[in-house]
Formats: sequence, C-alpha cells, structure tokens
Amino acid sequence: MNSVTSSVTSSVMRIGIGLPLFLVAVASYFLFPGQLGLIAHLFILAIFALSYDLLQGHAGVVSLGHAVFFGIGAYTTAILGRHGVSDPLVVLVLAFLVSGAVAGLLTRIVVVGNDLTRLLVTLGIGFLFFEAANKANWLTGGADGMPDFEVGRLFGLYAFDFMGKTAFWYTLAVLAVVYLFLLLVTSSPFGVALRGIRENVRRMHAIGAPVNRHLAVTYIMSGAIAGIAGALLAQTSRFASLDMLGFERSAEVMMMATLGGTGSIPGVVLGAATFGYLKDMLSVISPKYWHLGIGIVLMLSVFVLRSGIAGALAGLARRMERRA
Amino acid sequence: MAGIVSVIVDGIAYGMLLFLFSIGLSVTLGLMRFINLAHGAFAMFGGYVAVTLMNGYGVPFLLLLPVAFLATGLFGAVAEKLVIRHVYPMPELQQVLFSIGLAFAAGAVANIIFGPQQQPMLLPGWLAQRISVLGIDITGYRIFLIGAGLVAAAALIALFSYTLYGARVRAAVDSRRTAEGMGINVSLLFSLTFGLGAAFAGLGGALAVGFLGLDPTFPLKYLVIVLMVVAIGGPGSIAGSFIAAIFIGVIDALFKYFVPEIGGFVIYAVLVVMMVFFPKGLAGGRTA
Amino acid sequence: MNRMKLSLGVAVSLATAALIWGGSAQAQQKKLTVGVVLPLSGTYADQGRHYEDGMKLYQKLHGNSAAGVPVEMVVRDDQGPGSGDLARRLTQELIVRNGADVILGYSFTPTAMSVATLLNEAKKPAILVNATGAAVLPRSEYFVRVSITAAQFAEPLARWALKNNIKTVYTLVADFAPGIEMENAFKKVFEGGGGKIIGGARTPVSAMEYSPFLQRAIEAKPEAIFAFNPGGDVSVAFMKQAKERNLAKAGIKLIVSGDVVDESMLAAMGDAVDGVVSSLNYQPDLKNPANEKFLKGFHDMMGANAVPSARTVQGYDGMALIYQALEKTGGKTDADSLLAALKEAKIDSPRGPISIDPKTRDIVQNMYIRRGVQKDGKWVNATEEAFENIKGTAN
Repeated sequence: MNSVTSSVTSSVMRIGIGLPLFLVAVASYFLFPGQLGLIAHLFILAIFALSYDLLQGHAGVVSLGHAVFFGIGAYTTAILGRHGVSDPLVVLVLAFLVSGAVAGLLTRIVVVGNDLTRLLVTLGIGFLFFEAANKANWLTGGADGMPDFEVGRLFGLYAFDFMGKTAFWYTLAVLAVVYLFLLLVTSSPFGVALRGIRENVRRMHAIGAPVNRHLAVTYIMSGAIAGIAGALLAQTSRFASLDMLGFERSAEVMMMATLGGTGSIPGVVLGAATFGYLKDMLSVISPKYWHLGIGIVLMLSVFVLRSGIAGALAGLARRMERRA
Repeated sequence: MAGIVSVIVDGIAYGMLLFLFSIGLSVTLGLMRFINLAHGAFAMFGGYVAVTLMNGYGVPFLLLLPVAFLATGLFGAVAEKLVIRHVYPMPELQQVLFSIGLAFAAGAVANIIFGPQQQPMLLPGWLAQRISVLGIDITGYRIFLIGAGLVAAAALIALFSYTLYGARVRAAVDSRRTAEGMGINVSLLFSLTFGLGAAFAGLGGALAVGFLGLDPTFPLKYLVIVLMVVAIGGPGSIAGSFIAAIFIGVIDALFKYFVPEIGGFVIYAVLVVMMVFFPKGLAGGRTA
Repeated sequence: MNRMKLSLGVAVSLATAALIWGGSAQAQQKKLTVGVVLPLSGTYADQGRHYEDGMKLYQKLHGNSAAGVPVEMVVRDDQGPGSGDLARRLTQELIVRNGADVILGYSFTPTAMSVATLLNEAKKPAILVNATGAAVLPRSEYFVRVSITAAQFAEPLARWALKNNIKTVYTLVADFAPGIEMENAFKKVFEGGGGKIIGGARTPVSAMEYSPFLQRAIEAKPEAIFAFNPGGDVSVAFMKQAKERNLAKAGIKLIVSGDVVDESMLAAMGDAVDGVVSSLNYQPDLKNPANEKFLKGFHDMMGANAVPSARTVQGYDGMALIYQALEKTGGKTDADSLLAALKEAKIDSPRGPISIDPKTRDIVQNMYIRRGVQKDGKWVNATEEAFENIKGTAN
C-alpha cells in the first residue's frame, strides 16, 4: 500500500512541470486553428519519443531500430481497417498489444551485448523488418504503402475531420495518458531499479536484481507505446508506409529524445515538439535547403544544450532559485 | 559458371569500395572512441573534388585519385582540429547527435553548391573495357577497384603494424594516458589519424562516382552499410573491416543472383547474426 | 515551487512568442493560390526541382496572372515517396493556411493516393505532375493528370519491338506499383502481337547493384531486355552496369522506359546510352513553336548548357493547364469551375499537342521512340518515331 501511494504522490508532485505544458498544448488549439494537423503530429512524435526514452533515458539502452514498433502499430491499424475493424480505440488497443507482443519476441536479442553491439543489432532488426514489410506487399502494399483504409468515428460520434479537430484532442488525450503512465512507472520501485541498471549494471547484478527481466519488461512497454504512436499516425493520416518502420524514423526519435534531454519526461516532450516544429518551419522557409538548418541546429545543440533542453531549463531554474 | 564468378568478382569490387569508405570510421571509433556518423561526408567530398577537377579542368583520371585523397585528408585534419576534437569528451549520444547534424549540413552544402543532380564522371576508355580473365569477362574498372582496395589494405596494415606512427597509435588506443606520459603527442596523432581516415574515404568517394554515381544524399545513403562493415569487422581493425566489407559485398551479390526475391534482406540478417555471436566483431577488439 | 514558477513563466513566454509568430489573417484579395507539393529534399530532390523549374519558367514566360487574376505559387517539400502522411498534412495546410485553390504536384503515386480522400473532403482540384499509377485517378474526382502513365510508356515500346522483329524479351522492372504496371502493360501489348516474355525479375526500388540481375537476364538469352527503374541515381547505376555487361556483344538490345534515360541524366551516363531505345513523352529535338519558346526561355533561365527533362515540361504544362482553366472560367477560382475547365483542357505543349480526356481525367499525348546516339561529341536521344494521341487510360 505504502509504495503505491508514495509513488502516486511523487508522480503527482512531478506533474507540476507537465501541467503548464498541457495548458500550452490546449491553448494552441485556440491560437493556431489552421495548424491542428501539425500540432497533432507533434503530439504523436512526443508519444513516440517518450516510448523510446523509456529505453534510452531510463534503462540506458540505446536502440536504432525503435521505429519497428511504430511501424507495426501503423500497419496493424491499416490492416485491421482494411478488414473492417475500424473503431479507433479498439484499434489502438490492438496495436498496443501487437507491438508489445513483437517486442516480447525480440527481447532476447536486445538485452545482451554492449552499447555498440546493441546499437547495431537493433539497426539490423530494423532493416530486417523494413525489408520484410517491403517484400510482403500483398499484406503491406510494399513500397507503395497502404492508403485509404477505414478509420471509424471516435466513440462512434466524432469523425476525423478535415481541419484536424478530432485528431488534435484524441492525440493530446493519449499523450497525457502516456505521460502520466510514464511518471508513475519511473517513480515506482521498478523505475528506480531501471535507473540502477542504467547507471551501474554490474552492481545491479551483484545485488541480485533481475536485470534481464527488468530490461525485457521495459523493452516490451516501450515497444507497445511506440505502437500506439504509430497507430495514431495511421489513424490521423489514413496512411501506413514503409518509412514508418524505417531507419530515418528510428534515428529521428533518438535525436528527439537526446535533444530534449534524455531521462527527463517533460524534456523529451519538448525535444520532440521542438524538433518536429523546427523541421516543419525550416522546410517552409527553404523547401530545398532546410537540411542545412536542421544540421546546424543539431550541431549547435550539443554545445549549447549539453544535457538537452531539459538540462538547459533545469540550469536556468537553478540559477533563478539561487537568486530568489 | 562463368556468370557466377563474374557476379562474385563484381561483389568483391563493391566490397572494396565499402572497405575504403569504412576505414576512417573504424579507426576513429577504435582510436578516438568517437562515433562519426558524418564519415560519409568525407567520401562525398572526395567525390565532388574528383568530379570538379575532371569536368571543370580536364584533369586525367589517375591524377584525380591522389588529389582527392590528399584534399580530403587535409580537409579532415582541419575539421578535426577546429571542430571535432571538441566533441570527443562528450557522451556518446551527443556525439551521435552532432555527427548526424554534420551529415545533414554537409549534404545540404553540397546541394547548394552542386545541385541535387547526379554528377557525370566519364571513365577513361582503358578502364571501361571488358577484360577477359581466365575466360571470364570482367570490367576493367572493377579489377582496378579490387587492386586499389588490396593496395590500401596492405598499406594500412603495414602502417599500423610496422611503423613508429602505427606503434604510437596502438599505444594511444590501449591507454591514452600512458601514451601521453611517454611523451607521445596524442592530439597530433588524433589529427593525423582522423585525416588519414578521411583521406581514404575521399579516395573511395572518388572511385565510387564511376560506379555508384554521386549526389548530395551520399553521406546518409551509405552510412548504414558502412556502420555494418565496421561493426562486423570490429572497430579499430583494418583487417577486420577488409574481411567484413568483402564478405558483405559477396553475400549481397550472391543472394541477389540466386534468390533475387530476398536479395537485400540477407545482409541485415547477417548483421544481426554476427552481432549476436560476435559482439566485438571479427577482430574481437584488437587493432590492425 | 520555484520550479513551478519557472515552468509557468516558460509556458507563458512560449505562448506569447507563438501568438506573435503564429497564424496571420490572410489578406482578402482576388488571386489564385497554387499549392505546390514536390520532393525537394532527399533522394528525389533532382526530380522535384525539374517540376518546379518548369512551373516557374511558365510563369516567367507568360506573366504572373491569367484572366486578370494573379497566380501565386506556395511551395512545400514532401521529402519524397516514403512519407504519404506528410504529403497529406502539407496539402491540408496549403488549403487551410495558405488558401490554396488548386494543388499542383505529387511526383509519386503513393503520395497522390494518400491525399485522395482529403481532396474529396476539401473539394479542391489537384493536377498531378507525375504520379503515374493507374489506381490514382479513380480515387478522387478532383485529380487531373498532366504527366504520363505506365501504359503510355510501355505500349509504343512494345509496338516498336514487334515492328523490329524482336520475338523474345526479358523484363527487369523496379518492384513497386509503377514498375509492375509497366511490366503488365508491356506484356499485354507485346504478347498480344505475337511476342514472348521469356522471363523477368523485379529489382528493389533503391538498389544500386544490378550486376546479379543483369547477369541472369543475359543468361536467359532474350533478344531484348525491357527495363524500368525510377530515375535518378538508381537509373544512372543501372545504365552504367548494363554497359559494363556489354549487352550489345551478347546481341541483346536494351529497351527502357524514357525516364530511365531522361535527357537531363545523359551527361552522367556517357556512352552507356549508345543504341538504347526508349519511349518518352518529350524530346528536346521536337520541332514545334511551343517547344522553341520553351527551350529559349529554359536556356535563358538555366544557362545555355542546361538540358530540360521531361519532368520540366510536365511541370510547365501543369501550370499551363491552370492558366488555360482560368481563361476559360473568366477568372473564377472556385473548385467546380476550375475542375470543369481542367477536364476539357487542350494545350499546345512543347511535347506536341496534349489534351485531358474528360472521362478519365487522364492525359492524351504523343509518345516518341528515341535512340541514344552521339551528336557533336555529346550523347543525346534522337527521335526515331512518334506515336500519336496515346491515351493515358483506356476508357
């Protein structure tokens, strides 16, 4: 009883930082009615980044193949939609389960080895899935992707409209749930154990902690949540494509988490939103050369934001606290 | 039979190119423990130098190669001194972030200067011919690539195993502090080695244009396969990268020939299997 | 508690900055906004650039307005064929944020497919500057295609092959919808005329190594190899490797769809195009007044040595279609009038006379058979034969 209440209380206290973020998100609905599609996309990126950071920031496992679960979530949605299962929430849960199941099958390969090895194994697995999906074009549409599958009305009432209003609230709600869930997990004894694994895995083995089992559970959760993000993208854009499983997406989610401040939940949300928004803004300013802008931002960020956005903000907070 | 052999030879030639690309990454990873995902940008640099010289100034093909080699090496050494060495002490994630940003920026700069189109590179007639070796028809260019790769591998292995420079590098890899304590100027060593890796990538890039083409997406296009070569070969090992590159080139070619339906799939399966059973790569953590 | 204050402060500042930065009211003046969605970064940036050049060239040569209405382009980058969700979002933003009245673009079939339902909801016409897949047009009443289809590529080639006594063919197409469509279209006409496809393979879409596939093809001993790949670096690699294999010595002719040997890429291929026969909807050496005007403007804009691609012409014609539609509606920019006018379009294009078939909304144009030859020291495609008024889609 005690450990549950104390982790709930500590989570509630940590919501503190998340609350202003949530309010800004809600406000953006009224401030930017013409960009709801973009903002919903940022929410989806944030969910994906959060799922990834559970692995990288909390368990210390770096993976270059995380988009596999994102893609599986998207394709599950598309395939179910093609076969008449289209209630958004039902599909979301199914995508969650399928991605989690696949993650479960892969845990053995992922919990072994050192950092570089694991990086490359996850990379290799990512490509295997990509190629498999490419070849199985009877199921996935191959290089052409899957457009036009049924996406039903949310709660049977709200269709995914052209302006993106339904998509906005839907993705924001899921983001909030995922955010709270992660707060809970990371404040719990399980979360503390993960931190221990991240910081000194040998010692964790030495004190008898079930390291591999913890890592496996984390990997499954992380994959399942990534599947949710993928399903959301498929539902809001009515499209599933190979790039949702691809290397670029895996690399991007790693960049978003690192940019935001790996290990910090609000940081990662900010990192994902910033990165996604920058990409969009830069490509409006210069459709041909925006890669230069992004490249420069990334390079500068390692010098200016040494621990990501979260680190910079925390540093600011400390300085303000000292003055106060 | 002749068909299969020519396919294998082509695969080996492709592997040689991969080897040249990956030397620099392997060495920087093994020596400086720096994950440089922008390494492909050096190959691209070498390619553009070669193309500009050939198309703009009519420089003959054989002269292009050493020029591309030296120019890229210089560029690499300068970049290392000015920018890259500041990234060494950073945690791995920041290194990855930085180097991907660099790769993006490099591609964008190439796009601005040269445009997004394919660069023309017309090989001299004597290279483009089909030569008959032991009854098998092989393009002269592929033989040239194989030769270049072998020479490069031999030179590098000799360099690292038999010269004072090589000994110093191996000492610095084993223990930087001790090496510095012995009076070895480790930061100069790093600059030189980084430059050397870049130079080989530049050479590889110049050689690749005639066979794979050249455009600003080069750095990111070959990043993954180069990472695979380094991983399978073992970071820091020249011989390992060599074997891994040839291996990948040949396997890819063979499977595309025999089982085209799964063609591209195989090398990734190989990567996963190799990493699971040989986590430190073929060389198992030894240098050269 | 200080952390809470800081966070609130950050949130408020973010919101304020965003407010200043964010959506601005559109000035209400009569104009036609053309939302352009093209791959301008990444692997296919070269293709995207050609379409854009064509569009800009048209505006340069014909002024910035039609029927008294200013025509303005807003360009967004869809980063290539992989990201259908991005193209969809960009289209939506162009319509909502920029007030686009018509969309011009979509280089790839999957991209076009992903926006079909969106266009139906938004009720805005879209002109496809490429997107050659057969399945695209039926998806939405609002699509009009100004480019080309697989059938238009394959049919003349198959007929040419039959005419030139080629009896057996091996096919090598890229493994995605346009490739498969080409394979089927070619097979239908070729086998329908008495020829035989003795084998084939499908190559991975972004493959750079074609040696094994070419080796297999040669071993099958066909009289000709019919090939298609999506252009750009992939096609350059294919052609170079085909040359390495010396198909001519093996007595095998190489016939390809024109976008593999698009004029703008010939410089990079060198003598690999020697004797290669292809079919395309545009040839720089065509003699007609529209082409002369186009070429002059093109060289003024891009330099005397620049070579136009068929894609440049497709972009050019896309814009021409919009201008003509505006003239026909007398300046009305609403979707229904524009669409009705677009469906009846007939234009004297640099590629010859083209028109849109009102029933299928697809393009009807001439196709040209060309052969790679050396002229004045440069490798070019020389027109051999023209097939007139080929329909994009049979109705």
